[in-house]
Amino acid sequence: MEHSIAVNPWASLAYLIAGVCFILALRGLSSPTSSQRGNRFGMIGMVLAVVTTLITHVPGVVSSYGFVVHVETVIEILVAIGIGATIGIVTARRIAMTAMPQLVAAFHSLVGLAAVLVAAAAFLNPGAFGIAADGVIFTQSRIEMGLGVAIGAITFSGSVIAFLKLNGNMGGKPIMLPGRHALNLAVLAGILGLIAYFTQDQAPWIFWTVTGLSFAIGFLLIIPIGGADMPVVVSMLNSYSGWAAAAMGFTLHNTAMIITGALVGSSGAILSYIMCRAMNRSFISVIAGGFGGDDAGGAAAAATDRPWKRGSAEDAAFLMSQAEQVIIVPGYGMAVAQAQHALREMADKLKEEGVRVKYAIHPVAGRMPGHMNVLLAEANVPYDEVFELEDINSEFAQTDVAFVIGANDVTNPAAKTDKTSPIYGMPVLDVGKAKTVLFVKRSMGGVGYAGVDNDVFYMDNTMMLLADAKKMVEEIVKSLG
Amino acid sequence: MDFISILSIFVMACFVGYYVVWSVTPALHTPLMAVTNAISSVIIVGALIASAAIGIGGTGATSKWLGLLAVTLASVNIFGGFAVTARMLAMYKKKDRPAAAKH
Repeated sequence: MEHSIAVNPWASLAYLIAGVCFILALRGLSSPTSSQRGNRFGMIGMVLAVVTTLITHVPGVVSSYGFVVHVETVIEILVAIGIGATIGIVTARRIAMTAMPQLVAAFHSLVGLAAVLVAAAAFLNPGAFGIAADGVIFTQSRIEMGLGVAIGAITFSGSVIAFLKLNGNMGGKPIMLPGRHALNLAVLAGILGLIAYFTQDQAPWIFWTVTGLSFAIGFLLIIPIGGADMPVVVSMLNSYSGWAAAAMGFTLHNTAMIITGALVGSSGAILSYIMCRAMNRSFISVIAGGFGGDDAGGAAAAATDRPWKRGSAEDAAFLMSQAEQVIIVPGYGMAVAQAQHALREMADKLKEEGVRVKYAIHPVAGRMPGHMNVLLAEANVPYDEVFELEDINSEFAQTDVAFVIGANDVTNPAAKTDKTSPIYGMPVLDVGKAKTVLFVKRSMGGVGYAGVDNDVFYMDNTMMLLADAKKMVEEIVKSLG
Repeated sequence: MDFISILSIFVMACFVGYYVVWSVTPALHTPLMAVTNAISSVIIVGALIASAAIGIGGTGATSKWLGLLAVTLASVNIFGGFAVTARMLAMYKKKDRPAAAKH
């Protein structure tokens, strides 16, 4: 059904400018130097969108004093914003950088829930949103609203599960329900069927059932996904939160929301793709779940009887101080041990001795896209010493020492050679090509996140440094004197 | 605006998003997620419309309260998202080089 909402052209223009500001915010992130300006564009866009909405929607009366706004409404809204702002800013200041994936998951859940609430508010009071005539909601708006509430609810419950898994409140192991694929498909079909029926009958039970089923499927979709795939899940939920905003933008015919939704949706989708590619996993297999929870039996068990060399902090310090170039390969284990500051100190000492120090980052080194870069930046590692996999991988062959700390699977040559390995096909850092590999690891027993043994441990040019990552690096710093 | 105009904006914005996001340096992917989080909370526009409406009857009042709750949630995200992004971006520093260094 064709319908149009009467809109103030100035308001439309303001929303369009807000949308452009959001594009510039993302554009700024193409380099660290322009990124802070980009972030300010984002803030300007948001202020513009909020102020425009307030000016055009806050009710008022024209009296002999002129236009008088409805003060109560304004106060209510300002209190709501104030509460949110306080919680948001305090959280943003206090959060540890290692906990960033959880924070982002939590934020996604809020976007999802906000979308559900807005859709519900629009359903209960469609007149206020200009999407109904005499209480009958337009057909097109019903579809948009139905999709909006569904995507919002999936984003919410999925993000809550992702948060619980990332935060350690819930084990990383995938929870596999019997017949889950059939169940998921049935629930999904139910949601779509009900949205279709919703266009014929504006009954509240349909709206709320769609909401309920969508909460359920968000939950069902994420619980079988294992800890190793969480970077993909977080990116995917990022994408969903965008689509939810876009769907609500369609309902409200709001340009700012549509542009933003499309931007965020694409952004999350691209990040999911990058993460999948970095793990050589197809998106479908991630969604199907089950990876990264089981302790892989075969390959890992045979491990420990092979010969390996153990080194000390003094050995490591000597080898690195004699080197021309050292490449540091950090993994999430480094962040867990909080070794990044000690590591930077070690790099500084080496640089004083004339050693060239670089960092090599695998896309899935952290728990979310770009996580390791933030952790290193926090430890004051200059970003121009940090290189991505494809930019630095060819350099290992001309490198004297590869210093692997807290990383494992991302260095495993089995990904290139062993077709039976669960990580086969994943791009890896060729640390073994360096003259010497120093591998910091807690013990020989544990295997990586994917549960696979690593041949690098047993190479002739590898020296294992078995200790807590932070303690080991501190000892090396001491030996470097 | 008719549906096709809106759809056009949406499709174009998807393309813009595609190219802009690929140009984001991988080192800034975490701030990218944080800032997209913040901007997707532009959904606050819908929440404000619901909050500003004069509630008529039971459902109208409920709608208003849902709207206010959504305003609070979206505000957490907006302020938290931009603040945490700013905090992260401030950490990215270049190597200390002599004054003669390029750029």
